[in-house]
Amino acid sequence: MPRVNLSHFEAAVLFSLLASVVLGITTKKTTRERLNYGAYCFGCFVFALFAIGWAMKLGHG
Amino acid sequence: MAETQVAAPPKEAVPPINTWILPVVAAWFVPGLGHFLLKKTGRAALLFSSIALMFLFGLFMRGMMFTPEKGADYLTSLINYGGFVCDLASGAFYLCAAVFGYSQPDMPGDVHDYGTKFLVTAGLLNILAMVDAFEIAAKKRD
Repeated sequence: MPRVNLSHFEAAVLFSLLASVVLGITTKKTTRERLNYGAYCFGCFVFALFAIGWAMKLGHG
Repeated sequence: MAETQVAAPPKEAVPPINTWILPVVAAWFVPGLGHFLLKKTGRAALLFSSIALMFLFGLFMRGMMFTPEKGADYLTSLINYGGFVCDLASGAFYLCAAVFGYSQPDMPGDVHDYGTKFLVTAGLLNILAMVDAFEIAAKKRD
């Protein structure tokens, strides 16, 4: 079985992308709403990734 | 002072089991199959590919599969049982991995840790897909 070594950032972005697709499909009723919500979720994930990353860096000193 | 009574909204009747049991069980066994049976092929393909990729990357990162065992304390037991249920929710992916002997001990390291989360999340996302299949089969949404 192949072995994958992703960095924190790569793994988190991949996670965000796949989770956003499913969240978009399962929570909204029309295709446009699904696309918008999927993109919104992905944006929130990435924003949180950077925000929490910076918070940890600054908090760590 | 006169009391005003607000009538409770009528409860929605549970749809007959034969209308939704097959898509829901199919959705558990193979992610997206429930939607496929309900003729939502585009959504089925997206759900299958997303959940399959999530699970496969979890395996490729050597994530740990939880086993239902009692831990040293209540929290550990909760994590073990909860993690097992989430892993099991991936359906055939979990069963195949178990049958083919995938066994990864809990090891320190960020990649392993991400792998474990990917495996658990694949199951959680499949639960969402099962609920969606139920709602479509029960005509609660399109």
